[in-house]
Amino acid sequence: MKQDIILAGVGGQGIISIAYVIASAALEEGLEVKQAEVHGMSQRGGAVQSHLRLSRARIWSDLIPLGEADLVLSVEPLEALRYVDYLRPDGMVITSRAPFLNIKDYPDVEMLLGKIGEIPHHLIIDSEKLAKEAGSSRTQNMVLLGAAAGSLMVREESLTRFIRVLFERHGENIVTVNLKAFALGQAVAAAAGFVPGSGGKTGK
Amino acid sequence: MKLEILLGDEAVALGAIQAGLSAGYSYPGTPASEIMEYLIKAAARTKSFLASWAVNEKVAYEEALGVSFAGKRALVSMKHVGLNVAADPFMNSALTGANGGLVVVPADDPGMHSSQNEQDSRFYADFAKIPCFEPSNHQEAYEMTRQAFDVSERMGVPVMIRLVTRLSHSRSTVRPREPRGQNEIRPGASQDWTLLPVNARRRFRGILDAQADMVRLSEESEFNSLRLNEKDRSLGVVASGIAFNYVQENLGEAGNPPSLLKVCTYPLPRKLISRLVEHVETVLVVEEGYPLIERSLRGFFGVPGKTIKGKLSGDLPLTGELSPETVRPALGLKPLDRLDLGKFQLASRPPQLCAGCPHADTFHALNKALRGFGKGTVFSDIGCYTLGAYPPYQAVQTCVCMGASISMAKGGAEVGIRPSIAVIGDSTFGHSGLTPLLEAAAADTNMTVFILDNGTVAMTGGQPSYASGERLLKMIEGVGVAKEHIRVIEPLPKNLDKNALIIKEEIDHPGLSVIVAVRECLEEARKKRRSG
Repeated sequence: MKQDIILAGVGGQGIISIAYVIASAALEEGLEVKQAEVHGMSQRGGAVQSHLRLSRARIWSDLIPLGEADLVLSVEPLEALRYVDYLRPDGMVITSRAPFLNIKDYPDVEMLLGKIGEIPHHLIIDSEKLAKEAGSSRTQNMVLLGAAAGSLMVREESLTRFIRVLFERHGENIVTVNLKAFALGQAVAAAAGFVPGSGGKTGK
Repeated sequence: MKLEILLGDEAVALGAIQAGLSAGYSYPGTPASEIMEYLIKAAARTKSFLASWAVNEKVAYEEALGVSFAGKRALVSMKHVGLNVAADPFMNSALTGANGGLVVVPADDPGMHSSQNEQDSRFYADFAKIPCFEPSNHQEAYEMTRQAFDVSERMGVPVMIRLVTRLSHSRSTVRPREPRGQNEIRPGASQDWTLLPVNARRRFRGILDAQADMVRLSEESEFNSLRLNEKDRSLGVVASGIAFNYVQENLGEAGNPPSLLKVCTYPLPRKLISRLVEHVETVLVVEEGYPLIERSLRGFFGVPGKTIKGKLSGDLPLTGELSPETVRPALGLKPLDRLDLGKFQLASRPPQLCAGCPHADTFHALNKALRGFGKGTVFSDIGCYTLGAYPPYQAVQTCVCMGASISMAKGGAEVGIRPSIAVIGDSTFGHSGLTPLLEAAAADTNMTVFILDNGTVAMTGGQPSYASGERLLKMIEGVGVAKEHIRVIEPLPKNLDKNALIIKEEIDHPGLSVIVAVRECLEEARKKRRSG
């Protein structure tokens, strides 16, 4: 069993935090993990992505092959579409609907969402609103992680444990806000009837 | 020992620490920075060794060489182009040799994610005639670093670990082994370390004579492996470093896998390679970077009776980084099925200066000041401010290498470019800007130099800068720039008109001016606030 996930967003949106939480949970559950990320120049307000691979068997490539990804998890709709080439034919996209507007030629948002809507397994969530509801607009990444939690091959309790570890040094209040954001994401995915487990696949 | 999840860079750092490192030096540069970041954190925790950012890579290399001379173990790391800066001590250290273990770790950036070229450091190892290890995964990065120190001390030569972005910045698990202690001080022999011609000739002979031993080491290395397909002799693959992973990823599903040789040590294990070549009809060479192995195999005239495939034959791309997809067709496999949404174009999102960045205010003021002048040139340098090349600023016209802004502006000014302007950051100025400024001051060249002092090495994550604040101002004055033409501005939106006026005055001045734009990097200020 394996799961290949592309995490996407814009530099500063907290992609690496999502990756840290899932990867740490996977490691604790005895899975093999590889996670390729972007540092340096492209981090500065540019498109960023992380290739996160979890498996019970040995993982070779640090990069996910085109056509192998089970999930694109994105904090931004334009960035979600940028990586659909990585998805296997029945792969899924979970994305925020909130555009990050820092370029002049940003496409029409409804067009973007319509395109994402063509993907058989997709979930578009208003992570901006939910993050504010949780107490901080900076927790959109944790809302998205919550929305994906039921579809990941790691246990949801492991994820919340490492959210705690990640934010501990910033104080209990920040931990609570992020856990709330995670829970709101979970609830939205459940309410949408998003089928957990469609991401993991057997074989290999 | 406990399993750890580490970046490839961090696996190298941990390997060095546990090999008994006494000191590590580096200059920040993507994708190598995290090696030193890890060393500095570990050194602060254990206080058992030294880890320090240097003013540039040449200085870092020489500091490491001094540690090795003293008989202690040293690591020096840098991004690939940093090895160009350190090339002088690097090449000569092959002749002085290493006394305490000396390991040099350049991190290459195939695909140029954050770099101005994609040069392949394995050629440097070949050039200097020293051993090189090329890890394919995190555990190997750790093990090879430990072994590199042993080889360095046993053979008395510096040893290279060649990293690439996709390993440097990928996280995976490493199982560390028992650490060992450091060496005692035991300085090197002066006849070996004094490269007067009489000594250097003998030392060069020595490293030539050591080549056979290095090849033998490579032939016997546990990091290389050969698997022959006895039934099907049509194809054999030679794969090195992370390229090996892309081959394995694609072969996962192949029922009749080709013969496969993994090569991760240099100089190349000639016998091992010939065993594969003799066994098969066609050899495919898959390597990340320039075609070093393929070129060695092919030579001028090829291998009689065999077909050699790789980058030179056009079966793999000569530019950019490899990926599972680029390697797949070379193995004769069809692309995987994938989700198909039809063809559509997406707007690209290039990196850009942070909202409110002081550099943006400097560029606005500079652009405003330049409106009254003819077509001059703004020579830029390596750092966040290179992003001033993009809209909406489009404020700079060059970016070549560390320090080149000032030297190029001087050259340009000397043949008539007016106005000739250089833009350089504080740390880049400390790295390589001081020497050309010394020249420009001596000649009183008609040019204007901007030093953007944000107090940090911002692009690589906020490492400390040597040439900042009061010290920077004293340095500028110290090389002989006229005091009345050293101007300090605070790049803020409210100062736009005032700053543009100052800039205009200094461009009008027919000699050298230096304008220091002082304002702290936003990201660093934010970090300080967060940590209290």
